[in-house]
Amino acid sequence: MTEVSQARTSPSQEASRQGFDLAKLLLEGRAFFALIVIIAVFSFLSPYYFSVSNFLTMASHVAIFGILAIGMLLVILNAGIDLSVGSTLGLAGVFAGFLMGGVTLPAFGVILYPPVWVVAVLACALGAFVGWINGVLIARFNVPAFVATLGVMYMARGVALLMTNGLTYNNLGGKAELGNTGFDKLGFDRLFGIPTGVVVLAVLAILGSLVLNRTAFGRWLYASGGNERAAELSGVPVKTVQISVYVLSGICAAIAGLILSSQLTSAGPTAGTTYELTAIAAVVIGGASLMGGRGNMRGTMLGAFVIGFLSDGLVIIGISAYWQTVFTGAVIVLAVLLNAIQYRRRPKTGAGGPTPSQNGGKAASVGTAHGKTAG
Amino acid sequence: MNAPRQTGNGEVIVSARGIVKSYGGVHALKGVNFDIHRGKVTTLFGENGAGKSTLMKILSGVTPPTSGEIRLDGEPVSFSSASEARDLGISIIHQELSLAPNLSVRDNIFMGRELPGRTGVDFAEEARQARALMADLEEDIDPLTPVEDLRLGQQQIVEIARALSVDSRILIMDEPTSALSAAEVEVLFRVIRDLTARGVSIVYISHHLEEALQITDYAVVLRDGNITATAEAKDIDLEWIVRNMVGENFDLGSPPAGYDFGEVALSIEDVSVADASGSGLVVDHMSLDVRAGEIVCIYGLMGAGRTELLECVAGRGAMASGRVLLEGEDVSGLSIAERIANGLVLVPEDRQRDGLVQTMTVGRNLSLASIEAFAAGLFLSRSKERSLNDESIRKVTIKTAGGDAMIGSLSGGNQQKVVIGKMLTTEPKVMLLDEPSRGIDVGAKAEVFRLLSERAAKGLAVVFTTSEVAECLSIAHRVIVMRRGRISREFGTDATKEQIMAASGEAVDA
Repeated sequence: MTEVSQARTSPSQEASRQGFDLAKLLLEGRAFFALIVIIAVFSFLSPYYFSVSNFLTMASHVAIFGILAIGMLLVILNAGIDLSVGSTLGLAGVFAGFLMGGVTLPAFGVILYPPVWVVAVLACALGAFVGWINGVLIARFNVPAFVATLGVMYMARGVALLMTNGLTYNNLGGKAELGNTGFDKLGFDRLFGIPTGVVVLAVLAILGSLVLNRTAFGRWLYASGGNERAAELSGVPVKTVQISVYVLSGICAAIAGLILSSQLTSAGPTAGTTYELTAIAAVVIGGASLMGGRGNMRGTMLGAFVIGFLSDGLVIIGISAYWQTVFTGAVIVLAVLLNAIQYRRRPKTGAGGPTPSQNGGKAASVGTAHGKTAG
Repeated sequence: MNAPRQTGNGEVIVSARGIVKSYGGVHALKGVNFDIHRGKVTTLFGENGAGKSTLMKILSGVTPPTSGEIRLDGEPVSFSSASEARDLGISIIHQELSLAPNLSVRDNIFMGRELPGRTGVDFAEEARQARALMADLEEDIDPLTPVEDLRLGQQQIVEIARALSVDSRILIMDEPTSALSAAEVEVLFRVIRDLTARGVSIVYISHHLEEALQITDYAVVLRDGNITATAEAKDIDLEWIVRNMVGENFDLGSPPAGYDFGEVALSIEDVSVADASGSGLVVDHMSLDVRAGEIVCIYGLMGAGRTELLECVAGRGAMASGRVLLEGEDVSGLSIAERIANGLVLVPEDRQRDGLVQTMTVGRNLSLASIEAFAAGLFLSRSKERSLNDESIRKVTIKTAGGDAMIGSLSGGNQQKVVIGKMLTTEPKVMLLDEPSRGIDVGAKAEVFRLLSERAAKGLAVVFTTSEVAECLSIAHRVIVMRRGRISREFGTDATKEQIMAASGEAVDA
């Protein structure tokens, strides 16, 4: 079994059995090939595109979507969706800005200036809390994920606007005498020449990949996303898994919020609007199935870079922002089409077809006829 | 019956010749010849899995046959969909209800062929016709009632009304009475007699043999995809049907012997489960003790409450009363995962829906219930997992390219072995299996039973359910017959097929 991906193993074995199949290879590796094509085309069109400094700049843009996409991947593997991450990103940024400006405690007559690491931890805790609300609504109260996270998306955005009265926190620098400087490091510092945001993205991606492939939690997640009923009957704590993925997604959103407000040196309540859609697009381009259970970290990262490098490339060669939107949309549609083709090719539930529909009701044993002949 | 044509009422209207239907490697029908007679009721008898529903689906255009020919009035026909068959006058009442629960009775009856009016649909005319149909069926249902507000039996009536509303020449009824009360069955039979008097041909399928014998003119028995006998109803009796249905069976083994049972492993005390509507009980105060090493078979008709009982014991679904003891410890309050950890596992009835994760490999399915067995600290040990899986594949004799193969590449029997293997890896003390033989061929069936008796001999307590009488008489030390949520009778190894069927309410009311 290859290290990062589980989806890779069986197709590559099939390929070796059936000989070299170009169409299949292109289909399986589509995100990777798309990225190469994008880089090649833009390098040809613009002399500025193919350079280390430009790649690093683009990568730091990708970092924001990429981190959101990591959380989104977990949610989508669980057959869910999280529309609230863009708002959570904005809320976490504003919350961080608020903390940086000092917390007034009237009862004691003091103003607390928490150090940056405390700010970061508290912002992540807020993100986790927002995700926890999503998770509880979905897992315990059986609210459909789409609706629950849509509601939370509005609420989180509203709270962010209320906190700032619609204004933006511009003073995130902190003061040396208060000991709370360093917020800008997240956005501007470089580690071995690589922007911090990109480093954080890489660390989270590797961590996420390890969790997905090497831990019991990862296995539970793939199982409950693939077939929740079967997972539950096998002793998988499906509800806990479900809540956890939304909490993790909220934390990822908060981290992205911190990095974005640091990059912008300001925390605005409308930051991250519609970012959730970009994150979903990255996951889908990366080959994950919205039905759950299929997808991996490598694909999602490729998906995030495809979107980021494409839109930045369009900017560099000077195509209008309106056209950029059209292109991005076309790439997403194409990705979903290819996903549909790929998953249709996979052997499904044996010759009997998928589980019979449960028309009408709990009536007489659903699917006797199908069940007995399947396989 | 084999004469291709007779004259007048009773002549062959539909004749199917050499019908073969294969799903992958599984042959559901192996060259079946079947005739439908004008204005007569032809009943198809057979056990679950014999191929009855498959044959009816082919005759009604729902699925195409793999090979074979269907002649309607002597002309070869082929339909590519149920609506094409309906246009030719063939309609079907499915065993599984196919109603839209959110729509009204009227809308369900006319679904897909709404009556056109001056402005869109002529709802008034539809309602009038629906009301007339309901009156015909002596059912006091308002046509505007949403179907989800009806009880199951009434829903079945709506399904029947829908088929009647088409004015078909040939009407196929697949288990139309499974949820009907005795009075409703009487009404249905009257309607069937009216229809046949008007020249409509009926194909009837029922597990209630005696009931079917009352109404039928011709009896056809199907077993393992072959027609084993055909006769006119006047020439046959119940014993004839049972003999031909069950036949001389493939040897499915005998109860493991040569050891003594251990202590009581599983104790079900006074367990009740509420039905879906919450008004009645599907499992009605049932008690059962199973000892270590013992194999208990639960036989019963559809709806007898077997599945609900097992799911409730395994921890899914709420218990309305009673408790479940595992080796004397009360496990009633524990989660499914905790019960598995304590040694109580379930192999569910529908392996596609409840047993397997289709997106994962054979190996990951096998190891799903015992992940902690190969966890090394925070991470999972791949090598441990692989050796564990290889061991399972060998022990349970799964035919697969290896643990990395996708689960969908396996045959039904091997998929079932994966589900069983997954649960055996947790080293259970009690194993519940809900219809473990469903949808697997007879060879795989024998292997599954052999596996279970080997494990029982090592001290595993086994409870399995079945709808096939022959399976009760294979490896089980004890046969429990369930009927309407209760134990109707209990047999030892000396039971006969007739006794068991009688106790289930399938044949004569004993």
